[in-house]
Amino acid sequence: MNKIEVKNLTKIFGPHPQQGLKRLKSGEQKAEILDKTGMTVGVNQASFSVKPGEIFVIMGLSGSGKSTLIRLVNRLIEPTDGEILIDGDDITKMDNKTLIETRRKKLGMVFQKFGLLPHRTILSNVAYGLEIQGIKKEEREAKAMKTIEDVGLKGYEASYPKELSGGMQQRVGLARALANDPDILLMDEAFSALDPIIRKEMQDELLKLQNKLGKTVLFITHDLDEALKLGDRIAIMKDGKIVQIGTAEEILENPADEYVSKFVKDVDRSKVLEASHVMKKPEVLMTYKDGPRVAIRKMEEAGASSIFVVDKDKNYKGLLTIDNAIKAYKENLPMVDVLTEDVYWTAPETPLNDLIGIAAVTKYPITVIEDGKLLGIISRVSILSGLVLGKEVDVEMHNEVAEKKSEEGMKDEVVSA
Amino acid sequence: MNYFHFPLEDWTNDFVNNWLLPVMSGFFDQISEVLKTSIEGVANFLIAVPPELIALILIILAWKIAGKGTALFTLLGCLYLGSVSLWADAMQTVSIVIVSTIISVVIGVPVGILSATNRIVDKIVRPILDFMQTLPIFVYLIPSILLFGLGGVPAVIATFVFATPPAVRMTSLGIQQVPEEVVEASKAFGSTSKQLLFKVQLPLALPTIMAGVNQTIMLALSMAVVASMIGAPGLGSTVLTGISTVNVGLGLTGGLAIVVLAIILDRITQGLGNKS
Repeated sequence: MNKIEVKNLTKIFGPHPQQGLKRLKSGEQKAEILDKTGMTVGVNQASFSVKPGEIFVIMGLSGSGKSTLIRLVNRLIEPTDGEILIDGDDITKMDNKTLIETRRKKLGMVFQKFGLLPHRTILSNVAYGLEIQGIKKEEREAKAMKTIEDVGLKGYEASYPKELSGGMQQRVGLARALANDPDILLMDEAFSALDPIIRKEMQDELLKLQNKLGKTVLFITHDLDEALKLGDRIAIMKDGKIVQIGTAEEILENPADEYVSKFVKDVDRSKVLEASHVMKKPEVLMTYKDGPRVAIRKMEEAGASSIFVVDKDKNYKGLLTIDNAIKAYKENLPMVDVLTEDVYWTAPETPLNDLIGIAAVTKYPITVIEDGKLLGIISRVSILSGLVLGKEVDVEMHNEVAEKKSEEGMKDEVVSA
Repeated sequence: MNYFHFPLEDWTNDFVNNWLLPVMSGFFDQISEVLKTSIEGVANFLIAVPPELIALILIILAWKIAGKGTALFTLLGCLYLGSVSLWADAMQTVSIVIVSTIISVVIGVPVGILSATNRIVDKIVRPILDFMQTLPIFVYLIPSILLFGLGGVPAVIATFVFATPPAVRMTSLGIQQVPEEVVEASKAFGSTSKQLLFKVQLPLALPTIMAGVNQTIMLALSMAVVASMIGAPGLGSTVLTGISTVNVGLGLTGGLAIVVLAIILDRITQGLGNKS
């Protein structure tokens, strides 16, 4: 079952939202409704679902309705229409008591400007969620201390929020959200107010925490790089509508419309693309039993000066250069003794960014290895082409073809006229 | 401009003579009794306590809350009140200030909270506050004498009308100024509206509310002389005697005593607001 399921969620701000809803359902656009009625469509029939343990990122520029959307999920803003199922229960239909109970037990929230209580210490801020549930002082403070340690703020529990830096304050915000031990974290531009370096640190911290605790995270951001880094899946919002949902790769490779493709054009691909995206299948392989003579012939046929060696289960053994193959052949050495050892290897999910430095110094292709098996190799060329072109090549070619076609179409029209 | 006659004067007099006084007088008598007892109780208590003890408490409070300078001023101020033999009068005035401030705060703060959170209440309350603040004091002083007789009680009522608006307005302002994200955070973690009010909104609005209470106290003090005209005892009556006997010295002595009280109370309550 999905952890969060949102169906046709709509929010219209103004005096007569139901009227606006009718107009929206009859197909009128946001701008039209604003023009005719003065009412603002905050969120326009958004639907998405978040799986347990997933980080789901909603990305959009300011005014796209993303902050409204996240506040609809825990009903800080009352929705005009639609359903929000949390573990299958529709939060929009809950009475006040059940709503408060759901917020207490299932939903933690982290805010852009932290939203800490300035008159309370860090400890008492983190314990706030437990305090309002009526949990005894000793118990709630013990729990709060633990989460404060988890986010690396031990020693600051007696300080006040204003004595801490922005990054530390947001750690408090995170600790406060975690102290209740909710299944779901709602994060509203949680790292947007932080310096770039601190932001990166907090992103890594979140990924680490999420790995450890397995929370379901709904994360709002206006920063595409952040979305691509954190999101298992990403929803892109524009004018209150979700225009595309997909993994980082899917969105980069197949933008749903012009808006999204404009967005992703400037993405730093080195952070998004991983080793597995650019690796190639090694063309020639050999096993120990082939012997040096076969190896030399294979290299000759492929026009290569080295060859990768695997065992019969494709477990990676090493690299054999042509020089060493000839040496083994002449001196009748066992293959194991002549394999080149200093070949770099990497895991398939390593970001391309981290491989650039290695590619610059190594003579041989980088091997991509998982569980001892050789998945593929990455040459310097494939890193560079991946960075520069990504899969954009296909898209551009496709566009060129389309443009040519439309030009031809216009010519045809001229002729027929 | 005299297109038609608007008999507001007759209507009001009819209302007061035929309904307010005969029908409601029992009710007002009860209020009057309660107020009278509390004013006299506070005044008798303050006068019964040795002046030195009250002065000492004030000085310590001033020291703790507002610092050395205010503590020193409080010492000198108390010495002055004693040396011009106005201590008992000062305590009379303070008792009226205390009772009317308590009523203003007890009624004003909840109304302020309501008008901060409820737009309809706010729309109703606002013009009433404007009315209370701008209506000339003597206009409601006359009926309050009719209803409550002469003395401290109508003074407290008139002071209440005059001094409550800042308590309401500042409370409302203080609560509206609590940052939206803090309120949202409190709600997002499942606060009930009561928890939100008492654990978040009121503590954060407290400095502003205290500024309102400070203003209420100052306005209450400023009513001392006016109140003495309707028979309220205290420093005001000293000033009034000075005026009516053309005794400039007595007028100044009494007036200065009011200023001294005002400064001591102002600094202490202001310090209280800043501390929280």
